[in-house]
Formats: sequence, C-alpha cells, structure tokens
Amino acid sequence: MSLLEARHLEKRYGDQIVLERIGFRVETGEFVTLVGASGCGKTTFLKLLLGTERISRGALTLDDRPLPDEPGPDRGVVFQRYSVFPHLTVLCNVMMAEELAGSRWLGKLFGAARRRAVETARARLEEVGLAHALHKYPHELSGGMQQRLAIAQALMMRPRILLLDEPFGALDPGIRQDMHALITRLWREQQLTIFMITHDVKEAFALGTRLWVFDKIRHDPQAPEAYGATITYDLAIGENRRPPEDLGRTVDAMNEGWTQTFQETPI
Amino acid sequence: MKRLINYTPSRGSRWLIGLVPFGIIALAYLVLSNARLAGNPNDRLLPSPATMVETFTQLATQASVRTGTIPLWDDTFASLERLGLGIAISALIGLVVGVLNGGLPLMRAKLSPLVTVVSLIPPMAILPVLFIAFGTGEMAKVALIVIGVAPFLVRDLQSHAMRLPDEQLIKAQTLGASSWQVLLRVLLPQLMPRLMASTRLALGSAWLFLIAAEAIAAQEGLGYRIFLVRRYLAMDVILPYVVWITLLAFVIDRVLALTSQRLFPWFHAEEGGKS
Repeated sequence: MSLLEARHLEKRYGDQIVLERIGFRVETGEFVTLVGASGCGKTTFLKLLLGTERISRGALTLDDRPLPDEPGPDRGVVFQRYSVFPHLTVLCNVMMAEELAGSRWLGKLFGAARRRAVETARARLEEVGLAHALHKYPHELSGGMQQRLAIAQALMMRPRILLLDEPFGALDPGIRQDMHALITRLWREQQLTIFMITHDVKEAFALGTRLWVFDKIRHDPQAPEAYGATITYDLAIGENRRPPEDLGRTVDAMNEGWTQTFQETPI
Repeated sequence: MKRLINYTPSRGSRWLIGLVPFGIIALAYLVLSNARLAGNPNDRLLPSPATMVETFTQLATQASVRTGTIPLWDDTFASLERLGLGIAISALIGLVVGVLNGGLPLMRAKLSPLVTVVSLIPPMAILPVLFIAFGTGEMAKVALIVIGVAPFLVRDLQSHAMRLPDEQLIKAQTLGASSWQVLLRVLLPQLMPRLMASTRLALGSAWLFLIAAEAIAAQEGLGYRIFLVRRYLAMDVILPYVVWITLLAFVIDRVLALTSQRLFPWFHAEEGGKS
C-alpha cells in the first residue's frame, strides 16, 4: 500500500484542462521536488493534495482512501508568503496547533496546559533556530526567519505529508543554504513525506529523493486549452545528487519558456 | 533642486506649521468680531472671546434655575451616553456580522445583499419612523446612530475579512482548526484593529446623527442645547459648544487611535510609519 497514489488524475476548470494523465505512487519518507515552467499546474497539483481544489477525473488516494476535499492536520503546508499569522507572536504562532487541539471552544489554553504548550513550542523553535525571537511579531522577522517559523508551525501537528510551495523562493542565496540544511534535517528526523515546488532545478536535486517535471506534452495551436500538463519526468535522485547532463539543460531551457523541446513523450 | 515630494518638515516645525492655519482662522474671527462689535456693542452674531468664555463658564459651573443641575455636564453626559451606546452596539453588530459574513460564504450569500441595501437607506429619512416606533426617548436616538453606523462597519469589516490571504485560512485548517476556531482565532483578532479604525471614521457620522436626533426631540444634550439657543441667536453659547463637541470628538479619536496602537502593534507596523 502506498501512502499516496494517483490514477489517471485530471483537473480542469470549465473547458480548460490544467492537469491530465497523471499517475504515481509515493511512499512514506520520500522527498518529491516539483519543477516546471510557470503556469503548468504545479501549484494546482499542490492544491489538489492540500484539498482546496478537487480532482475532476481519476483517483487520488491517501492510504487507499480518497483524499479529503478540505485541508486537514494530516497535511501541513508552507507557502511562499502569508504562512504565519501576523497577529500572533512567534511563540503563539507555534502554540496555535496545540491550543486548537486542546480547547475546542476558545482555541486558547490556560494554566498548566498553556505552560506545557509553551514548553513544546519553545523546544520546537529552538530546533529551527528562533529561540531568541519568541516574543517578536512576524513583521519584525526577516524573510528567512518567517519561513523558519512557518515550518516550525506546520510541523507542530506532526503532519504525514508536508507541502511546500516555493518556500525559499523569496530568500537570499545564503539564507537558502541554511534553510536547505534545516529542511533536510527535519525531514530525516521526523520521517516526513515532502512535496516541494521550486523554480530552482539545483535546489530540486539538492533536496529531493525524487524529481517530477511538469510540462505540457501535447499542443493544439488552435485550442491551447485542450491539453493539460502532466508529469513528463519522474526521476529517482541518487546519492550523488547531480542532474544528468541532458536533463539539467532541458529543464533549464524549459524554465525559459522553450516548452516545445519536449515533443517526444517520456515516461 | 530637490523634488517637492521629498521635502519633509522637521519634528518641531511640523507642529508650528500645523498651528499656523488655526492662528489665521482665530485672527480672522477676531478682526471680524471687533469690526461688528465696534458698530454695535450688542451684536450677537460674532461675540467677543471674552463674552464666550464668560457664558461658557456660567454654563459649566452654575446650576440652572429650572432643573437645578449644571447644563454643560448634563448635556455632555447625556450626549456621550447616547453616542457611546450607539457606537458600542454598532461595533458589536459590525464585528459579529462582519466576521460571519466575511468568514462563511453561506452566510454572506444570505446577508450581504440585505446589508448593502440597508446601508444605502439614508438614516435621516427614517428618523420619523424611529420616533414613531420607539417614541421620542433615548431608544430612538441610539437606534438612529446604530442604523447609520452599523451597516458601514459591517461592510467594511466584511470586505477586510475577505481580503485576508486565503493562505492563512488554509494554514489554520492544516493546524486542525474547526470553522468556529478559524473565525475566533484567525478572523476575529485580525479584524479588531480594523474595527477600531473604522469606528474612528464612523464617529463623524455618529455625531451627526446624534445631534440631528437631539435637535428634533430631547430634554438635554449638546445638540439639544445648540438648537434651543438658536432661537435667541445666542452665538456666545453655540460657538463654545461647537468647540467643546469638537474637543470631545478629538479626544475620543485620539483615545481610540492610541488604544489601537498599544493593543495591536502588528497592525500598525503594516501600515507603515507615515505621519
């Protein structure tokens, strides 16, 4: 039994097909990186996993059951922006999950329960290197620190799947390196299954165990909306973490908009 | 030569520059008042500052013969009570309906058209209805303020709730939040500072409705007093009362602004520090 499985998955908005002919099995502990040109449905795919969008056809199952059609605590998420609550301090942001679980009507903990939640949150923040900023508000943090906070917050519910939508896209290269180390460490320690969208092919190879390239392989010049994107490459990334020569080139070319290079059908 | 938009006054001179227009208006009044009083010492239209201070002190310190109480404080407390009650009820309605409408699409579909239509009714046009329905007591005046202000607050908070990034709502759900918890822990706290800001804006119309209602039917109140003495052309009462009302409005506005800055630092940081 695979953790996550898709068969003939298709997603369309009205007449416009966004994703088509998608099938895969993902096991617990895999780190899947998703690359592809802008507007080829990577984010839509992530929304399907998240449950904010529904599949139009085919099947998408988690533990052999259809994926719920709304977000839930089994699937954590970190977006590029707006991932943390601006009205809560760093500590309260991370405590949120436990407070929601512990207090159904108020969503807030008091007394001993609150102290326990504070301790857990503090420990988690220490892990991501935010121990010095417990009582700051998100707007006082740098972009990198905000994303650290978002990751810490998302992991509080111990999600089975962690979805990352270009989480490091807005960060400086140096900070990115730190974040890569952090996410790799958390992934190993907590046996997470991660899906990460990125624009950076190097990043995709550096982090993932498996790389998916999303692209449109069928084109109808008269009806550009008739065909959607699919997973054109599904690569296991080995220990050396180096992209094959040709793929690195083609994906780079594709990122620049040369989608026509992919006329021959892989997979 | 620097562009005009890049010139900013220093802290001290900003105060000074801000005071200049007040000085000019005061000076203009003095000149006009002097000219009229020189022609007719009993002129009532532009009383001298001394007369106004004297009348105002009298109103603020001496009990009225008719009621045995001090008119200014009676008026002030009566008006502030109505205003406070009206604003508090409006804020409560605004917050509850705004959060529900903004957070629950099903609720929004039902209530939003109604709120929009109600907010377009000119409140003054249904003042007679209120007087007929609630009598000429306190209820009608408070109701006028609520009808005038609450729909504005509802619409403003609703649109603000809908502008909150979807990412936050999704994030909350991935943290295990129920619908109720999303409304309570994500929407409500983020709408509170917005409520303060909208209330500050709405206070202007709240005063308008208050004074209008008091002018028509009341036994005391700031608006009542102004319209009462209008019959005697008592500008020496009206003008100080207007200044007094303005001062009250200013103080309330500042208190709300400072409270908001104190309670919601994260909100005001986003606004950017322009003064």
